[in-house]
Amino acid sequence: MSVPNPPGPEPDIRRLTRRGFVRGGLAAVGGLLGWTWLRTRSEIDGVPWPLRAVQRFNARLWGGDGLAPEFPADRAGDMKLNGPIGQPVNTDQAAWTVTASQPGWVDRVFHLADLARLPRIEMTTEFKCIEGWSQIVTWGGVRLADFVLANGLGRRTDGEWHPYVSFATPDAAYYVGLDTPSALHPQTLLCDRMNGTALSADHGGPVRLVITLKYGIKNIKWLNTIRFADTRPADYWAERGYDWHAGL
Amino acid sequence: MQRLAHKHDRAIRYLHWVNVPLLAVMVWSGLLIYWAYDPYRIAVGGFVLVQFFPDWFYRVLDLEHGLATGMGFHFAFMWLFAINGLAFVAYTFWSGHWRDLRPNRRTPIEAFHVALHDLKLRKEPLPPGKFNAAQKLAYTGVILMGAGSVVTGLAIYKPTQLAWLTFLLGGYQAARLEHFALTIGYGLFLVAHVGQVVKAGWNNFRSMVTGYELVPTSEEGKTDVRPEPARS
Repeated sequence: MSVPNPPGPEPDIRRLTRRGFVRGGLAAVGGLLGWTWLRTRSEIDGVPWPLRAVQRFNARLWGGDGLAPEFPADRAGDMKLNGPIGQPVNTDQAAWTVTASQPGWVDRVFHLADLARLPRIEMTTEFKCIEGWSQIVTWGGVRLADFVLANGLGRRTDGEWHPYVSFATPDAAYYVGLDTPSALHPQTLLCDRMNGTALSADHGGPVRLVITLKYGIKNIKWLNTIRFADTRPADYWAERGYDWHAGL
Repeated sequence: MQRLAHKHDRAIRYLHWVNVPLLAVMVWSGLLIYWAYDPYRIAVGGFVLVQFFPDWFYRVLDLEHGLATGMGFHFAFMWLFAINGLAFVAYTFWSGHWRDLRPNRRTPIEAFHVALHDLKLRKEPLPPGKFNAAQKLAYTGVILMGAGSVVTGLAIYKPTQLAWLTFLLGGYQAARLEHFALTIGYGLFLVAHVGQVVKAGWNNFRSMVTGYELVPTSEEGKTDVRPEPARS
């Protein structure tokens, strides 16, 4: 007479294995469906809207009131050339104008000589291209905030700020949109000097925007128009799939 | 005789497997971003040993011209990756499982013994325990790498708002290199991890899916002894 074996663990592990792999398989299918859902959502300028929603969330979360670190001037160096879009043929300093406006106003035209009355700022900050490279540069110019305040720009009749500002090159081939607080940040300059010399035409001379709070794509060269706005302005690179805020 | 023994808690298994696609999306979108500026290489003198990455690598994996897409996915999935990692760490502490993973003073030399054992250069059997010393180092290490990826990632994502963090990591460019190096570390971990899982066999792999493995009845103490699961 043989003694029957006590029941082994095999039926249990078979049941557990079946259950585990069925659940795992269902989870994998669920994950793939979620991924497919995300990648097939309607796009806003080339990016599925849920990702655009996260970009807005991230921008609100981080804010933009910090000060970018400044460096000793001897760490500044030459910056590689990037972004020729909008470069005009004539970059003559004496003839250059900057047109400013806001809703309900006629355009006001400024010459670079008009900036001379404002306090000069020099700062050595790290310029960060959205491609991933960076370069420490000494920038010289005047604060955009000082220019705006000195000329009474940007406020509605009730004293509130227009929430956005839009900037463009003379041919409007390159254009940038900013929220007004970023535009009025103390490290946002109308820049006409770079590393101790006049800003060269290749780097945006005679005048460009330098905004350390943002990636290089917002640092528009050959600045020709400054328009305050009540709705979010178009932005060259945001229309090509990048985050409109592009904040650092 | 064999019996069922509980090995991995449900939370550990779920969070581990959820991490697989999350890390995959982070690495994929990270490579889309890296392509736009890809200066890193390992060189001795002027001789380049490893180039990150050769052109064919981007071409084969379709990683070219995807910077905007990469940033879109990276800065959305970073939340899921970080939350999943935090949940994993929190659970190991809450459950006490961190004691299974924590290396101590003897762990490095024991890990060396494990390596010799795996290479069949050392005959002595490994001391009993849920994880051997090499596993403790690898698993603790990869969790620290995950934390490092979050921290270095934040430093290059918000170098103005988190300027102090970027400074502590050696600056913007250093933090970007650190962030990249950690990703290469994941690649090396993956090769070793998958290799060891294949080598350890089906019973071990199944325990990461079901939570249970079959152990000889004589080997008490090798795994937690827990009641068998109720039939459901």
